[in-house]
Amino acid sequence: MSSKLIDAKNLKKSFGEFIAVDDIDLSVLRGEVVGFLGPNGAGKSTTMKMLTGFLEPDSGSIMINNVDLKSNPLQAKEFIGYLPEGAPSYSDMNVLEFLSFVGKMRGLSKKILTNRLDEMAIQISLKEVWNKPIETLSKGFKRRVGIAQALIHDPDILILDEPTDGLDPNQKHEMRNLIKTISKNKAIVISTHILEEVEAVCSRAMIIADGKLLANETPANLEKQFANKDIISIKVFNRINAVLAKNLKSSIHYGDVKIEKLDKDTNRILVSDDKKTPELNAVLKQVNKFKLNIIEASFVKSNLEEIFRKITTTNVSS
Amino acid sequence: MKTYLEKTYIIFDRELKGYFRTPLASIFLLVFLALSSGMTFFLGRFFERDQADLTAFFAWHPWLFLILMPAIGMRLWAEERRSGTIELLITLPVTNMQLVIGKFLASWIFTLIALILTMPIWVTVNYLGDPDNNVILISYIGSWLMAGAFLALTSCLSALTKNQVIAFIISSISGFVLIMAGFNLVLSSVRSWTPTWVTETIGSMSFLSHFSRIQMGVFDLRTLIFFVSMIILCVWINVQLVQIKKAD
Repeated sequence: MSSKLIDAKNLKKSFGEFIAVDDIDLSVLRGEVVGFLGPNGAGKSTTMKMLTGFLEPDSGSIMINNVDLKSNPLQAKEFIGYLPEGAPSYSDMNVLEFLSFVGKMRGLSKKILTNRLDEMAIQISLKEVWNKPIETLSKGFKRRVGIAQALIHDPDILILDEPTDGLDPNQKHEMRNLIKTISKNKAIVISTHILEEVEAVCSRAMIIADGKLLANETPANLEKQFANKDIISIKVFNRINAVLAKNLKSSIHYGDVKIEKLDKDTNRILVSDDKKTPELNAVLKQVNKFKLNIIEASFVKSNLEEIFRKITTTNVSS
Repeated sequence: MKTYLEKTYIIFDRELKGYFRTPLASIFLLVFLALSSGMTFFLGRFFERDQADLTAFFAWHPWLFLILMPAIGMRLWAEERRSGTIELLITLPVTNMQLVIGKFLASWIFTLIALILTMPIWVTVNYLGDPDNNVILISYIGSWLMAGAFLALTSCLSALTKNQVIAFIISSISGFVLIMAGFNLVLSSVRSWTPTWVTETIGSMSFLSHFSRIQMGVFDLRTLIFFVSMIILCVWINVQLVQIKKAD
Protein backbone atom coordinates (compact mmCIF):
# COMPACT_ATOMS: atom_id res chain seq x y z
CA MET A 1 0.00 0.00 0.00
CA SER A 2 1.47 3.32 -0.96
CA SER A 3 0.52 6.51 0.78
CA LYS A 4 0.24 8.24 -2.56
CA LEU A 5 -3.32 9.35 -3.09
CA ILE A 6 -2.64 9.94 -6.76
CA ASP A 7 -0.09 7.86 -8.56
CA ALA A 8 -0.04 8.25 -12.31
CA LYS A 9 2.64 6.77 -14.51
CA ASN A 10 3.61 7.31 -18.14
CA LEU A 11 0.44 9.13 -19.07
CA LYS A 12 0.09 9.72 -22.78
CA LYS A 13 -2.76 11.23 -24.70
CA SER A 14 -2.99 12.47 -28.23
CA PHE A 15 -5.83 13.90 -30.26
CA GLY A 16 -5.21 12.83 -33.83
CA GLU A 17 -1.74 14.02 -34.73
CA PHE A 18 -1.52 16.37 -31.79
CA ILE A 19 0.25 15.00 -28.71
CA ALA A 20 -1.41 16.68 -25.75
CA VAL A 21 0.29 14.80 -22.94
CA ASP A 22 3.58 13.05 -23.51
CA ASP A 23 4.74 10.57 -20.90
CA ILE A 24 3.97 12.36 -17.68
CA ASP A 25 4.43 10.83 -14.22
CA LEU A 26 2.62 12.40 -11.34
CA SER A 27 2.16 11.42 -7.74
CA VAL A 28 0.61 13.36 -4.91
CA LEU A 29 0.71 12.58 -1.19
CA ARG A 30 -1.85 13.47 1.43
CA GLY A 31 -1.25 17.03 2.61
CA GLU A 32 0.39 18.13 -0.61
CA VAL A 33 -0.85 20.90 -2.86
CA VAL A 34 0.60 20.46 -6.31
CA GLY A 35 0.50 23.41 -8.66
CA PHE A 36 0.24 22.47 -12.26
CA LEU A 37 1.87 25.18 -14.27
CA GLY A 38 2.21 25.71 -17.94
CA PRO A 39 1.41 27.97 -20.85
CA ASN A 40 -2.06 27.67 -22.38
CA GLY A 41 -2.43 24.45 -24.31
CA ALA A 42 0.45 22.79 -22.47
CA GLY A 43 -1.61 19.77 -21.49
CA LYS A 44 -2.66 20.78 -17.97
CA SER A 45 -6.39 20.32 -18.48
CA THR A 46 -5.95 17.13 -20.47
CA THR A 47 -3.88 15.63 -17.66
CA MET A 48 -6.51 16.63 -15.12
CA LYS A 49 -9.27 15.18 -17.26
CA MET A 50 -7.41 11.90 -17.30
CA LEU A 51 -6.86 11.94 -13.53
CA THR A 52 -10.58 12.42 -12.94
CA GLY A 53 -11.62 9.70 -15.36
CA PHE A 54 -13.22 12.01 -17.90
CA LEU A 55 -10.71 11.05 -20.56
CA GLU A 56 -9.01 7.72 -20.94
CA PRO A 57 -5.24 7.91 -21.44
CA ASP A 58 -3.84 6.29 -24.58
CA SER A 59 -1.32 4.57 -22.35
CA GLY A 60 -0.10 4.69 -18.77
CA SER A 61 -1.75 3.91 -15.48
CA ILE A 62 -3.57 5.93 -12.85
CA MET A 63 -4.01 4.73 -9.28
CA ILE A 64 -6.40 6.75 -7.14
CA ASN A 65 -5.97 5.90 -3.47
CA ASN A 66 -4.59 2.52 -4.59
CA VAL A 67 -7.61 1.87 -6.81
CA ASP A 68 -6.96 1.45 -10.50
CA LEU A 69 -8.99 4.11 -12.30
CA LYS A 70 -9.19 2.11 -15.49
CA SER A 71 -10.40 -1.20 -14.13
CA ASN A 72 -12.47 0.20 -11.29
CA PRO A 73 -13.60 3.68 -12.33
CA LEU A 74 -16.71 3.99 -10.17
CA GLN A 75 -14.84 3.25 -6.95
CA ALA A 76 -11.88 5.44 -7.89
CA LYS A 77 -14.10 8.40 -8.81
CA GLU A 78 -15.61 8.39 -5.32
CA PHE A 79 -12.33 9.65 -3.86
CA ILE A 80 -12.15 12.62 -6.19
CA GLY A 81 -13.70 16.06 -6.13
CA TYR A 82 -13.29 17.88 -9.43
CA LEU A 83 -13.73 21.45 -10.55
CA PRO A 84 -13.62 21.41 -14.36
CA GLU A 85 -12.22 24.35 -16.28
CA GLY A 86 -14.71 27.22 -16.30
CA ALA A 87 -16.63 25.77 -13.32
CA PRO A 88 -19.65 24.49 -15.27
CA SER A 89 -22.91 24.00 -13.40
CA TYR A 90 -26.61 23.66 -14.16
CA SER A 91 -27.55 27.29 -14.49
CA ASP A 92 -31.29 26.67 -14.17
CA MET A 93 -30.93 25.14 -10.70
CA ASN A 94 -30.45 27.14 -7.56
CA VAL A 95 -27.35 26.64 -5.42
CA LEU A 96 -29.06 24.38 -2.89
CA GLU A 97 -30.66 22.18 -5.56
CA PHE A 98 -27.42 21.86 -7.49
CA LEU A 99 -25.28 20.96 -4.47
CA SER A 100 -27.95 18.50 -3.25
CA PHE A 101 -27.98 16.87 -6.67
CA VAL A 102 -24.22 16.39 -6.69
CA GLY A 103 -24.28 15.22 -3.05
CA LYS A 104 -26.95 12.61 -3.78
CA MET A 105 -25.06 11.43 -6.85
CA ARG A 106 -22.04 11.08 -4.58
CA GLY A 107 -24.10 8.69 -2.49
CA LEU A 108 -24.36 10.86 0.64
CA SER A 109 -27.14 9.87 3.03
CA LYS A 110 -29.79 12.44 3.79
CA LYS A 111 -28.34 13.27 7.21
CA ILE A 112 -24.75 13.61 6.03
CA LEU A 113 -25.87 15.63 3.03
CA THR A 114 -27.74 18.11 5.23
CA ASN A 115 -24.66 18.52 7.43
CA ARG A 116 -22.35 18.94 4.48
CA LEU A 117 -24.65 21.49 2.86
CA ASP A 118 -24.61 23.55 6.05
CA GLU A 119 -20.83 23.32 6.21
CA MET A 120 -20.48 24.35 2.56
CA ALA A 121 -22.79 27.33 3.04
CA ILE A 122 -20.47 28.60 5.76
CA GLN A 123 -17.06 27.42 4.60
CA ILE A 124 -17.48 28.61 1.02
CA SER A 125 -19.62 31.63 2.03
CA LEU A 126 -22.58 30.73 -0.12
CA LYS A 127 -25.33 31.53 2.34
CA GLU A 128 -26.48 34.76 0.72
CA VAL A 129 -27.03 33.10 -2.66
CA TRP A 130 -28.27 29.77 -1.31
CA ASN A 131 -31.68 29.89 -2.98
CA LYS A 132 -30.78 31.88 -6.06
CA PRO A 133 -30.64 30.37 -9.54
CA ILE A 134 -27.02 29.82 -10.51
CA GLU A 135 -27.49 31.70 -13.79
CA THR A 136 -28.08 34.93 -11.86
CA LEU A 137 -24.85 34.66 -9.85
CA SER A 138 -21.65 36.61 -10.40
CA LYS A 139 -18.58 34.86 -11.72
CA GLY A 140 -17.05 34.72 -8.27
CA PHE A 141 -20.06 33.00 -6.78
CA LYS A 142 -20.32 30.58 -9.69
CA ARG A 143 -16.73 29.59 -9.11
CA ARG A 144 -17.46 29.08 -5.42
CA VAL A 145 -20.45 26.91 -6.26
CA GLY A 146 -18.08 24.88 -8.44
CA ILE A 147 -15.68 24.48 -5.52
CA ALA A 148 -18.55 23.54 -3.22
CA GLN A 149 -19.76 20.77 -5.53
CA ALA A 150 -16.21 19.41 -5.68
CA LEU A 151 -16.01 19.42 -1.87
CA ILE A 152 -19.52 18.25 -1.03
CA HIS A 153 -18.51 14.66 -0.29
CA ASP A 154 -15.35 15.72 1.55
CA PRO A 155 -13.10 13.88 -0.90
CA ASP A 156 -9.52 12.80 -0.22
CA ILE A 157 -8.44 14.18 -3.55
CA LEU A 158 -9.30 17.54 -5.04
CA ILE A 159 -8.55 18.41 -8.61
CA LEU A 160 -9.18 22.03 -9.44
CA ASP A 161 -8.71 23.32 -12.95
CA GLU A 162 -7.94 27.03 -12.76
CA PRO A 163 -9.89 27.66 -9.55
CA THR A 164 -9.13 31.38 -9.45
CA ASP A 165 -9.53 32.18 -13.13
CA GLY A 166 -11.75 35.22 -13.64
CA LEU A 167 -11.92 36.16 -9.98
CA ASP A 168 -11.08 39.62 -8.68
CA PRO A 169 -8.02 40.01 -6.42
CA ASN A 170 -10.05 39.75 -3.19
CA GLN A 171 -11.80 36.64 -4.36
CA LYS A 172 -8.50 35.13 -5.47
CA HIS A 173 -7.09 35.77 -2.03
CA GLU A 174 -10.10 34.11 -0.39
CA MET A 175 -9.90 31.13 -2.70
CA ARG A 176 -6.23 30.62 -1.89
CA ASN A 177 -6.92 30.79 1.82
CA LEU A 178 -9.67 28.24 1.38
CA ILE A 179 -7.37 25.89 -0.50
CA LYS A 180 -4.75 26.28 2.21
CA THR A 181 -7.21 25.49 5.01
CA ILE A 182 -8.61 22.37 3.40
CA SER A 183 -5.27 21.10 2.17
CA LYS A 184 -4.11 19.57 5.47
CA ASN A 185 -5.65 16.15 5.04
CA LYS A 186 -6.15 16.06 1.30
CA ALA A 187 -4.15 15.72 -1.84
CA ILE A 188 -4.83 18.72 -4.03
CA VAL A 189 -3.87 19.40 -7.61
CA ILE A 190 -4.55 22.86 -8.99
CA SER A 191 -3.74 24.10 -12.43
CA THR A 192 -2.99 27.70 -13.07
CA HIS A 193 -0.99 30.00 -15.21
CA ILE A 194 -0.70 32.53 -12.43
CA LEU A 195 2.66 32.09 -10.79
CA GLU A 196 2.02 33.97 -7.61
CA GLU A 197 -0.67 31.41 -6.90
CA VAL A 198 1.89 28.64 -6.85
CA GLU A 199 4.10 30.63 -4.53
CA ALA A 200 1.11 31.34 -2.30
CA VAL A 201 -0.49 27.92 -1.92
CA CYS A 202 1.52 25.11 -3.45
CA SER A 203 3.96 22.83 -1.77
CA ARG A 204 5.19 21.61 -5.12
CA ALA A 205 5.18 23.01 -8.62
CA MET A 206 5.05 20.91 -11.75
CA ILE A 207 5.82 22.80 -14.90
CA ILE A 208 4.64 21.34 -18.17
CA ALA A 209 4.86 22.61 -21.72
CA ASP A 210 4.01 20.85 -24.95
CA GLY A 211 2.75 17.90 -22.95
CA LYS A 212 6.09 17.25 -21.28
CA LEU A 213 6.99 17.56 -17.63
CA LEU A 214 9.85 20.06 -17.35
CA ALA A 215 10.20 20.59 -13.63
CA ASN A 216 8.85 19.05 -10.46
CA GLU A 217 10.13 20.92 -7.41
CA THR A 218 9.08 22.98 -4.42
CA PRO A 219 8.77 26.65 -5.38
CA ALA A 220 11.79 27.42 -3.20
CA ASN A 221 13.92 24.75 -4.86
CA LEU A 222 12.90 25.97 -8.27
CA GLU A 223 14.12 29.38 -7.34
CA LYS A 224 17.39 28.00 -6.04
CA GLN A 225 17.96 25.92 -9.13
CA PHE A 226 16.89 28.27 -11.85
CA ALA A 227 17.18 31.73 -10.37
CA ASN A 228 19.47 34.25 -12.01
CA LYS A 229 22.49 35.42 -10.11
CA ASP A 230 21.53 38.60 -8.31
CA ILE A 231 21.40 41.75 -10.34
CA ILE A 232 21.82 45.30 -9.04
CA SER A 233 19.50 47.85 -10.51
CA ILE A 234 20.21 51.57 -10.13
CA LYS A 235 17.72 54.05 -11.42
CA VAL A 236 19.08 57.51 -12.20
CA PHE A 237 17.36 60.73 -13.15
CA ASN A 238 19.85 61.68 -15.86
CA ARG A 239 20.27 61.52 -19.56
CA ILE A 240 23.05 59.11 -20.39
CA ASN A 241 24.82 59.59 -23.70
CA ALA A 242 27.14 57.13 -25.42
CA VAL A 243 30.30 58.59 -23.91
CA LEU A 244 28.94 58.56 -20.38
CA ALA A 245 27.72 55.03 -20.87
CA LYS A 246 31.13 53.91 -22.01
CA ASN A 247 32.80 55.54 -19.03
CA LEU A 248 30.30 54.03 -16.61
CA LYS A 249 30.86 50.56 -18.01
CA SER A 250 34.59 50.79 -17.78
CA SER A 251 34.61 52.13 -14.21
CA ILE A 252 32.25 49.52 -12.74
CA HIS A 253 34.38 46.43 -12.35
CA TYR A 254 31.82 43.72 -12.80
CA GLY A 255 31.19 41.32 -15.62
CA ASP A 256 28.04 42.71 -17.11
CA VAL A 257 26.88 46.33 -17.06
CA LYS A 258 23.81 47.30 -19.03
CA ILE A 259 22.13 50.65 -19.42
CA GLU A 260 18.44 50.77 -20.17
CA LYS A 261 16.59 53.92 -21.08
CA LEU A 262 13.31 54.04 -19.13
CA ASP A 263 12.10 57.37 -20.48
CA LYS A 264 13.55 60.66 -21.71
CA ASP A 265 15.23 61.58 -18.44
CA THR A 266 15.55 58.34 -16.53
CA ASN A 267 17.85 55.42 -17.07
CA ARG A 268 18.52 52.17 -15.33
CA ILE A 269 21.96 50.70 -14.81
CA LEU A 270 21.93 46.93 -14.41
CA VAL A 271 25.00 45.30 -12.92
CA SER A 272 25.60 41.58 -12.66
CA ASP A 273 28.43 39.12 -12.64
CA ASP A 274 28.50 35.44 -13.43
CA LYS A 275 31.17 34.66 -10.84
CA LYS A 276 30.18 36.65 -7.78
CA THR A 277 27.31 38.69 -6.41
CA PRO A 278 28.16 42.37 -7.01
CA GLU A 279 28.46 44.60 -3.96
CA LEU A 280 25.93 47.36 -3.88
CA ASN A 281 28.17 49.70 -1.94
CA ALA A 282 31.08 49.40 -4.38
CA VAL A 283 28.83 49.95 -7.37
CA LEU A 284 27.18 52.99 -5.82
CA LYS A 285 30.57 54.50 -5.10
CA GLN A 286 31.54 54.24 -8.74
CA VAL A 287 28.25 55.63 -9.99
CA ASN A 288 28.48 58.55 -7.55
CA LYS A 289 31.74 59.63 -9.15
CA PHE A 290 29.76 60.66 -12.20
CA LYS A 291 27.50 62.91 -10.07
CA LEU A 292 24.34 61.12 -11.16
CA ASN A 293 20.98 61.61 -9.43
CA ILE A 294 20.28 58.18 -8.01
CA ILE A 295 16.58 57.72 -7.33
CA GLU A 296 16.53 54.03 -6.59
CA ALA A 297 19.03 51.26 -5.99
CA SER A 298 18.16 47.65 -5.27
CA PHE A 299 18.82 44.00 -5.93
CA VAL A 300 16.55 42.36 -8.48
CA LYS A 301 15.70 38.82 -7.46
CA SER A 302 14.43 36.62 -10.21
CA ASN A 303 10.91 35.58 -9.34
CA LEU A 304 9.07 32.44 -10.23
CA GLU A 305 7.73 34.16 -13.31
CA GLU A 306 11.17 34.56 -14.81
CA ILE A 307 12.08 31.04 -13.85
CA PHE A 308 8.93 29.77 -15.48
CA ARG A 309 9.63 31.67 -18.67
CA LYS A 310 13.18 30.41 -18.67
CA ILE A 311 12.17 26.77 -18.22
CA THR A 312 9.30 26.74 -20.66
CA THR A 313 11.04 28.64 -23.43
CA THR A 314 14.50 27.10 -23.28
CA ASN A 315 13.32 23.51 -22.93
CA VAL A 316 10.67 23.75 -25.56
CA SER A 317 12.90 25.30 -28.16
CA SER A 318 15.73 22.85 -27.51
CA MET B 1 -28.35 -2.80 -7.85
CA LYS B 2 -30.11 -0.52 -5.40
CA THR B 3 -27.59 2.26 -5.81
CA TYR B 4 -27.54 1.68 -9.55
CA LEU B 5 -31.26 2.39 -9.78
CA GLU B 6 -31.04 5.13 -7.18
CA LYS B 7 -28.49 7.11 -9.17
CA THR B 8 -30.42 6.60 -12.40
CA TYR B 9 -33.44 7.95 -10.54
CA ILE B 10 -31.51 11.02 -9.30
CA ILE B 11 -30.51 11.82 -12.89
CA PHE B 12 -34.08 11.23 -14.03
CA ASP B 13 -35.45 13.42 -11.26
CA ARG B 14 -33.11 16.34 -12.01
CA GLU B 15 -33.88 16.16 -15.70
CA LEU B 16 -37.66 15.95 -15.30
CA LYS B 17 -37.73 18.84 -12.84
CA GLY B 18 -35.47 20.70 -15.27
CA TYR B 19 -38.34 20.85 -17.76
CA PHE B 20 -40.48 22.64 -15.21
CA ARG B 21 -37.77 25.01 -13.99
CA THR B 22 -38.04 27.02 -17.17
CA PRO B 23 -41.16 28.08 -19.09
CA LEU B 24 -40.26 25.31 -21.56
CA ALA B 25 -42.58 22.77 -19.96
CA SER B 26 -45.66 24.96 -19.88
CA ILE B 27 -45.06 26.28 -23.38
CA PHE B 28 -44.58 22.78 -24.68
CA LEU B 29 -47.67 21.42 -22.95
CA LEU B 30 -49.76 24.33 -24.23
CA VAL B 31 -48.53 23.90 -27.79
CA PHE B 32 -49.05 20.15 -27.60
CA LEU B 33 -52.60 20.50 -26.33
CA ALA B 34 -53.45 23.27 -28.78
CA LEU B 35 -52.06 21.41 -31.78
CA SER B 36 -53.43 18.01 -30.88
CA SER B 37 -56.93 19.30 -30.26
CA GLY B 38 -56.76 21.78 -33.15
CA MET B 39 -55.80 19.02 -35.54
CA THR B 40 -58.48 16.74 -34.14
CA PHE B 41 -61.30 19.23 -34.44
CA PHE B 42 -60.35 21.21 -37.54
CA LEU B 43 -58.16 19.05 -39.73
CA GLY B 44 -59.53 15.75 -38.45
CA ARG B 45 -63.14 16.94 -38.62
CA PHE B 46 -63.98 15.30 -35.33
CA PHE B 47 -67.62 16.41 -35.32
CA GLU B 48 -68.33 16.00 -39.03
CA ARG B 49 -67.19 12.39 -38.92
CA ASP B 50 -70.02 11.79 -36.50
CA GLN B 51 -68.28 8.79 -34.98
CA ALA B 52 -67.58 8.19 -31.32
CA ASP B 53 -63.89 7.37 -31.59
CA LEU B 54 -60.57 9.14 -31.35
CA THR B 55 -59.19 8.21 -34.76
CA ALA B 56 -59.10 11.86 -35.71
CA PHE B 57 -57.08 12.56 -32.57
CA PHE B 58 -54.48 9.82 -32.82
CA ALA B 59 -54.01 10.01 -36.60
CA TRP B 60 -52.06 13.24 -36.19
CA HIS B 61 -49.72 12.01 -33.49
CA PRO B 62 -46.88 10.78 -35.74
CA TRP B 63 -46.75 14.22 -37.41
CA LEU B 64 -47.06 16.08 -34.16
CA PHE B 65 -44.33 14.02 -32.55
CA LEU B 66 -42.10 14.57 -35.54
CA ILE B 67 -41.72 18.20 -34.41
CA LEU B 68 -42.48 18.07 -30.73
CA MET B 69 -40.34 15.13 -29.62
CA PRO B 70 -37.15 16.66 -31.05
CA ALA B 71 -38.15 19.86 -29.22
CA ILE B 72 -38.22 17.96 -25.92
CA GLY B 73 -35.18 15.83 -26.51
CA MET B 74 -32.82 18.18 -28.34
CA ARG B 75 -31.28 19.58 -25.19
CA LEU B 76 -30.64 16.26 -23.44
CA TRP B 77 -27.00 15.93 -24.47
CA ALA B 78 -26.32 18.94 -26.68
CA GLU B 79 -26.80 21.26 -23.74
CA GLU B 80 -24.58 19.20 -21.43
CA ARG B 81 -21.84 19.37 -24.02
CA ARG B 82 -22.28 23.06 -24.74
CA SER B 83 -22.21 24.12 -21.09
CA GLY B 84 -19.45 21.70 -20.09
CA THR B 85 -21.57 20.03 -17.41
CA ILE B 86 -20.96 16.74 -19.19
CA GLU B 87 -17.57 16.82 -17.47
CA LEU B 88 -19.27 16.94 -14.09
CA LEU B 89 -21.63 14.11 -14.97
CA ILE B 90 -19.02 11.76 -16.32
CA THR B 91 -16.62 12.28 -13.42
CA LEU B 92 -19.36 11.35 -10.96
CA PRO B 93 -19.38 7.72 -9.86
CA VAL B 94 -22.01 6.64 -12.41
CA THR B 95 -21.92 4.79 -15.71
CA ASN B 96 -22.79 6.41 -19.01
CA MET B 97 -25.65 3.92 -19.29
CA GLN B 98 -27.21 5.25 -16.08
CA LEU B 99 -26.91 8.80 -17.36
CA VAL B 100 -28.45 8.02 -20.74
CA ILE B 101 -31.32 5.98 -19.29
CA GLY B 102 -32.07 8.56 -16.59
CA LYS B 103 -32.24 11.38 -19.10
CA PHE B 104 -34.24 9.44 -21.64
CA LEU B 105 -36.79 8.32 -19.04
CA ALA B 106 -37.25 11.91 -17.87
CA SER B 107 -38.19 13.06 -21.37
CA TRP B 108 -40.43 10.02 -21.85
CA ILE B 109 -42.31 10.58 -18.60
CA PHE B 110 -42.70 14.24 -19.53
CA THR B 111 -44.42 13.09 -22.73
CA LEU B 112 -46.64 10.84 -20.65
CA ILE B 113 -47.74 13.89 -18.68
CA ALA B 114 -48.56 15.65 -21.95
CA LEU B 115 -50.61 12.67 -23.13
CA ILE B 116 -52.47 12.42 -19.83
CA LEU B 117 -53.42 16.07 -20.17
CA THR B 118 -55.26 15.26 -23.42
CA MET B 119 -57.61 12.91 -21.60
CA PRO B 120 -60.50 15.41 -21.55
CA ILE B 121 -60.92 14.48 -25.22
CA TRP B 122 -61.39 10.88 -24.16
CA VAL B 123 -63.96 11.96 -21.58
CA THR B 124 -65.72 14.12 -24.18
CA VAL B 125 -66.04 11.34 -26.68
CA ASN B 126 -67.50 9.11 -23.95
CA TYR B 127 -69.97 11.84 -23.11
CA LEU B 128 -71.00 12.30 -26.73
CA GLY B 129 -71.23 8.64 -27.68
CA ASP B 130 -70.20 5.14 -26.87
CA PRO B 131 -66.63 4.60 -28.10
CA ASP B 132 -64.57 1.42 -27.84
CA ASN B 133 -62.47 2.38 -24.84
CA ASN B 134 -60.12 -0.56 -25.32
CA VAL B 135 -59.07 0.79 -28.70
CA ILE B 136 -58.54 4.21 -27.21
CA LEU B 137 -56.43 2.85 -24.34
CA ILE B 138 -54.34 0.79 -26.77
CA SER B 139 -53.92 3.86 -28.95
CA TYR B 140 -52.72 5.88 -25.99
CA ILE B 141 -50.17 3.21 -25.08
CA GLY B 142 -49.08 2.95 -28.71
CA SER B 143 -48.77 6.69 -28.99
CA TRP B 144 -46.59 6.80 -25.89
CA LEU B 145 -44.40 3.98 -27.20
CA MET B 146 -43.98 5.80 -30.50
CA ALA B 147 -43.10 8.98 -28.62
CA GLY B 148 -40.48 6.96 -26.74
CA ALA B 149 -38.92 5.81 -29.99
CA PHE B 150 -38.83 9.40 -31.31
CA LEU B 151 -37.28 10.59 -28.04
CA ALA B 152 -34.66 7.87 -27.88
CA LEU B 153 -33.69 8.77 -31.44
CA THR B 154 -33.52 12.48 -30.57
CA SER B 155 -31.53 11.90 -27.39
CA CYS B 156 -29.09 9.76 -29.32
CA LEU B 157 -28.65 12.35 -32.06
CA SER B 158 -28.36 15.23 -29.60
CA ALA B 159 -25.12 13.63 -28.35
CA LEU B 160 -23.64 14.38 -31.76
CA THR B 161 -23.66 18.14 -31.43
CA LYS B 162 -23.29 21.00 -28.97
CA ASN B 163 -26.00 22.91 -30.76
CA GLN B 164 -29.62 22.27 -29.79
CA VAL B 165 -30.95 23.64 -33.08
CA ILE B 166 -28.81 21.24 -35.08
CA ALA B 167 -29.94 18.41 -32.79
CA PHE B 168 -33.55 19.43 -33.46
CA ILE B 169 -33.13 19.51 -37.22
CA ILE B 170 -31.30 16.20 -37.62
CA SER B 171 -33.77 14.50 -35.29
CA SER B 172 -36.77 15.81 -37.23
CA ILE B 173 -35.27 14.75 -40.53
CA SER B 174 -34.45 11.28 -39.23
CA GLY B 175 -37.93 10.99 -37.76
CA PHE B 176 -39.43 12.06 -41.09
CA VAL B 177 -37.52 9.31 -42.88
CA LEU B 178 -38.78 6.75 -40.37
CA ILE B 179 -42.38 7.87 -40.85
CA MET B 180 -42.17 8.05 -44.64
CA ALA B 181 -40.67 4.58 -44.86
CA GLY B 182 -44.19 3.19 -44.66
CA PHE B 183 -45.72 5.29 -47.39
CA ASN B 184 -46.71 3.62 -50.62
CA LEU B 185 -45.06 6.43 -52.51
CA VAL B 186 -41.69 5.53 -51.00
CA LEU B 187 -42.23 1.81 -51.05
CA SER B 188 -43.35 1.66 -54.69
CA SER B 189 -40.36 3.64 -55.82
CA VAL B 190 -38.07 1.21 -54.02
CA ARG B 191 -40.05 -1.91 -54.96
CA SER B 192 -39.24 -1.67 -58.66
CA TRP B 193 -35.50 -2.14 -58.23
CA THR B 194 -34.96 -4.04 -54.98
CA PRO B 195 -35.82 -7.54 -53.79
CA THR B 196 -39.07 -7.93 -51.92
CA TRP B 197 -37.41 -8.44 -48.55
CA VAL B 198 -35.71 -5.07 -48.77
CA THR B 199 -39.01 -3.38 -49.47
CA GLU B 200 -40.61 -5.27 -46.62
CA THR B 201 -37.79 -4.39 -44.23
CA ILE B 202 -38.09 -0.72 -45.11
CA GLY B 203 -41.83 -0.88 -44.72
CA SER B 204 -41.55 -2.62 -41.38
CA MET B 205 -39.23 0.11 -40.09
CA SER B 206 -41.97 2.67 -40.50
CA PHE B 207 -43.40 4.30 -37.43
CA LEU B 208 -46.53 5.04 -39.40
CA SER B 209 -47.42 1.48 -40.38
CA HIS B 210 -46.88 0.24 -36.84
CA PHE B 211 -48.85 3.06 -35.35
CA SER B 212 -51.76 2.75 -37.77
CA ARG B 213 -52.18 -0.90 -36.77
CA ILE B 214 -52.34 0.18 -33.13
CA GLN B 215 -54.90 2.82 -33.96
CA MET B 216 -57.20 0.14 -35.25
CA GLY B 217 -56.95 -1.49 -31.87
CA VAL B 218 -54.60 -4.20 -33.06
CA PHE B 219 -51.81 -4.37 -30.56
CA ASP B 220 -49.64 -7.19 -31.78
CA LEU B 221 -46.36 -8.31 -30.35
CA ARG B 222 -44.43 -7.22 -33.43
CA THR B 223 -45.36 -3.60 -32.88
CA LEU B 224 -44.42 -3.73 -29.21
CA ILE B 225 -41.11 -5.38 -30.08
CA PHE B 226 -40.50 -2.85 -32.84
CA PHE B 227 -40.85 0.24 -30.66
CA VAL B 228 -39.12 -1.26 -27.63
CA SER B 229 -36.17 -2.52 -29.65
CA MET B 230 -35.98 0.83 -31.41
CA ILE B 231 -35.68 2.48 -27.99
CA ILE B 232 -33.10 -0.02 -26.74
CA LEU B 233 -31.02 0.33 -29.89
CA CYS B 234 -31.05 4.14 -29.71
CA VAL B 235 -30.16 4.12 -26.00
CA TRP B 236 -27.24 1.81 -26.71
CA ILE B 237 -25.99 3.98 -29.59
CA ASN B 238 -26.50 7.00 -27.35
CA VAL B 239 -24.16 5.55 -24.71
CA GLN B 240 -21.52 4.93 -27.37
CA LEU B 241 -21.90 8.43 -28.81
CA VAL B 242 -21.56 10.05 -25.38
CA GLN B 243 -18.36 8.08 -24.87
CA ILE B 244 -16.96 9.06 -28.27
CA LYS B 245 -18.06 12.69 -28.40
CA LYS B 246 -17.76 13.74 -24.74
CA ALA B 247 -14.42 15.49 -25.07
CA ASP B 248 -14.88 17.13 -28.47
